[in-house]
Amino acid sequence: MFKGVDFFPHGTKFPIMQMRGYFVTASAIAALAAIVLLATQGLNFGIDFKGGSLFEIQTKTGTVDVADLRAKLGDLGLGEVQIQELDLPTDALIRIEEQQGGETAQQQAASKVQDALGENIEIRRVEVVGPTVSGELQQAGVIAVTVAVIGILLYIWFRFEWQFGVAAILALVHDIIITMGVFSLLGFDFGLTEVAALLTLAGYSINDSVVVFDRIRENLRRYKKMPLEELLNLSINETLSRTILTSTTTFLAVLALYVFGTEVIRGFSFAMLFGIVIGTWSSIFVASPFLLWIGVKRDWTGAVGKANPAAGKA
Amino acid sequence: MLHFERWKVIAIVAICLAGVVFAMPNLFSKQTVDGWPSWMPKRQLALGLDLRGGAHLLLSMDTVELRKDWLVTLRSDVRKQLREAKIRFTGLGIVGNGVQVRIPDPADVEKAYDALKKLVQPMGNAILGRSTDDIEVTRSGSDAIIVKPSEQGLQQRVTDAAGSSVETVRRRVDELGTTEPNIVRQGQDRILVQVPGYDDTRKLKAVIGKTAKLTFHEVHPTTSAEEARQTRVPLGYKIYPSDEGEAGGSYLLKEAPVVSGEDLVDAQPGFDQRTNEPIISFRFNQSGARKFGRFTKNNVGVPFAIVLDNKVLSAPVIREPILGGSGQISGSFTVESANDLAIQLRSGALPTKLTIVEERTVGPSLGADSIEAGELAVVIGTLAVAGFMVFAFGLFGVFAVIAVLINLTLIIAAMSLLGSTLTLPGIAGLVLTVGMAVDANVLIYERIREELRAGKTAISAVEAGFTKAFVTILDSNLTTLIAALVMFWLGAGPVRGFAVTLSLGIFATIFTAFTVTRLLVSLWIASQKTRKIPAPL
Repeated sequence: MFKGVDFFPHGTKFPIMQMRGYFVTASAIAALAAIVLLATQGLNFGIDFKGGSLFEIQTKTGTVDVADLRAKLGDLGLGEVQIQELDLPTDALIRIEEQQGGETAQQQAASKVQDALGENIEIRRVEVVGPTVSGELQQAGVIAVTVAVIGILLYIWFRFEWQFGVAAILALVHDIIITMGVFSLLGFDFGLTEVAALLTLAGYSINDSVVVFDRIRENLRRYKKMPLEELLNLSINETLSRTILTSTTTFLAVLALYVFGTEVIRGFSFAMLFGIVIGTWSSIFVASPFLLWIGVKRDWTGAVGKANPAAGKA
Repeated sequence: MLHFERWKVIAIVAICLAGVVFAMPNLFSKQTVDGWPSWMPKRQLALGLDLRGGAHLLLSMDTVELRKDWLVTLRSDVRKQLREAKIRFTGLGIVGNGVQVRIPDPADVEKAYDALKKLVQPMGNAILGRSTDDIEVTRSGSDAIIVKPSEQGLQQRVTDAAGSSVETVRRRVDELGTTEPNIVRQGQDRILVQVPGYDDTRKLKAVIGKTAKLTFHEVHPTTSAEEARQTRVPLGYKIYPSDEGEAGGSYLLKEAPVVSGEDLVDAQPGFDQRTNEPIISFRFNQSGARKFGRFTKNNVGVPFAIVLDNKVLSAPVIREPILGGSGQISGSFTVESANDLAIQLRSGALPTKLTIVEERTVGPSLGADSIEAGELAVVIGTLAVAGFMVFAFGLFGVFAVIAVLINLTLIIAAMSLLGSTLTLPGIAGLVLTVGMAVDANVLIYERIREELRAGKTAISAVEAGFTKAFVTILDSNLTTLIAALVMFWLGAGPVRGFAVTLSLGIFATIFTAFTVTRLLVSLWIASQKTRKIPAPL
């Protein structure tokens, strides 16, 4: 039978833990840069969080004349008007900033834009978010990320030990901050779907770390005398092929989404693509060094039945 | 771990078949499915507005306005009550959150208090089985009485107003000839309007956005609005602006209307026979016709004002008594605005103004494009993952692909059965599930390879692979489930759709990895003729 190509080397002994200083430094620099970017430049919040209006348009004949559009809409006195060209030359995205004067002002502005666009342009999507709703969504986004992180922390704590939980969450926060930093750097729109991507990324990144942690726990039982550093290194190397293979399949699937998806989920799939890379990095190079620093309980013999009944049976 | 009892095999196959059966209607068009015999499953995935196209409006009721309106009503109730009791009073007015009145004669205070107490309406409370009052009457100082809406009373008002707003909005939206609009109250003071397949939000907003409170008022016989503004507004009168803005001037009208829109039974758009301008013709019910008839009979030659949402549309002079109970309104209408107003008048006034706080509209063409793009992404994503899995794991990779296909089928079947909505982010969730579902297989297979290298026989390596990977798969999927549940709990519309597919995907993944893949592997082992089975990976 066809066994498949076992292309990834097994029994590797990459000195990942020995070189942890470099990896963690690289991560720390990236995270720091991301924090600086977020503090100075901030995120380019989409209308979900900032309020304002958005129009996705398509010309009925010819292509989009951005200069002409800009001139037409600039005269309306609606403040900043952003026009972004999309994949097709007939398509464009128009963003109008939030207007002073509350909910009604947003509606009036949106109506003016619709009037100004004229007959040759089909409006395919309109989103208008007023100040109340954008404030609520902002709050919901922050709560969602916080609750998810705490929920995951509690779960890992319950299933492993608190040291694992803390290491996993540090790696997770690292992933989220750097991903947000990239959004800030590239000036991509950051809205509700991007928060959903961050949450998914949180789940995914933890997923990767959990696989490594599971192996660490297993090896802790098996090699009671092995120094922790060596043991962590062994565990990472043993799970390396799986980590890479899974990241590849997920990456391939999301790549399809990024390439073929429409504008609406472009930001989402980008966040996921980047998140898969950074999540894989952190579960290999960041989570375990944290674990080494925090230290773990070495004697798991008594805890087998309590902490992990399923594994105990095996 | 590899041995399956017969009933388990039957159960697994039955679940997979059920998945196929319930997912099947989605492969056909709605018309085809409708033609199927009744015993066949017909439920299809409900598509979200972002895929179907349609309008989504979130409206907010003006609760401040509602409170103000109530205070105005209370003030006139207090006036009426005290007059009927023949009690002299001064300084009647709205103070803060209540209505205050002073009784100059100390002997009358107690009597006035009792009279005003009669305004209190008890409100039933079904849950507590106890009733609370809608307003509180309290005494302040020696001569003042304050009538104030209670907190519960206000809440009840808001609830009632929300209920009737939902009804009114529904009647108006139905007039547009749309299908299956979803109009529900959301939270304390919001109303969500979703109209699938309808993307003319401007029309929708024009119809919903107006309160459409129509009233007919007496015009002050001698004083003009200008004069009143310079001197003082006579008691019971109020200055109303014209509908045409500054240029239209303003009118001094009696505040209490002669007749109001509540007495209308019909309103239709039409054209004036002489001027050919758009007008609205209306008909009163019996009591409205009587009131209007009496008023016009007594006021021939005098102007009266037609007021819409506190703005004067027109103030024609009564030429002859209007006894038939029907009439027409002219104003500066366009054909469209006359049409909209007729709809609004027919469906009744809103209790308070509705403000649009969020709008999301997707045109049908973009929706169709999104479906197409989503399908393409699912197909290409699945093919890429399938190709990779077969390349990396051979026959066992094929098993993984079969498991993933069953996984997708189960998700779609579950969503069709649960009636959950598929959104564009939901499709993203499907694609992501494909990528992440094979992780379970990767974990198992890599573990098998490891056990084989450790020198185990094929069967025990396979056995160990499934057993040892189980906990890891459970742990890693449950953390993702936590994130998905948070999204479901906090997310709105499309994001919630993503959370649904992701969560269902996680359950389906755990199920398929430990039943479908395992069953396929054990069938493969059983099919081996030799006792010594070759290493599968």
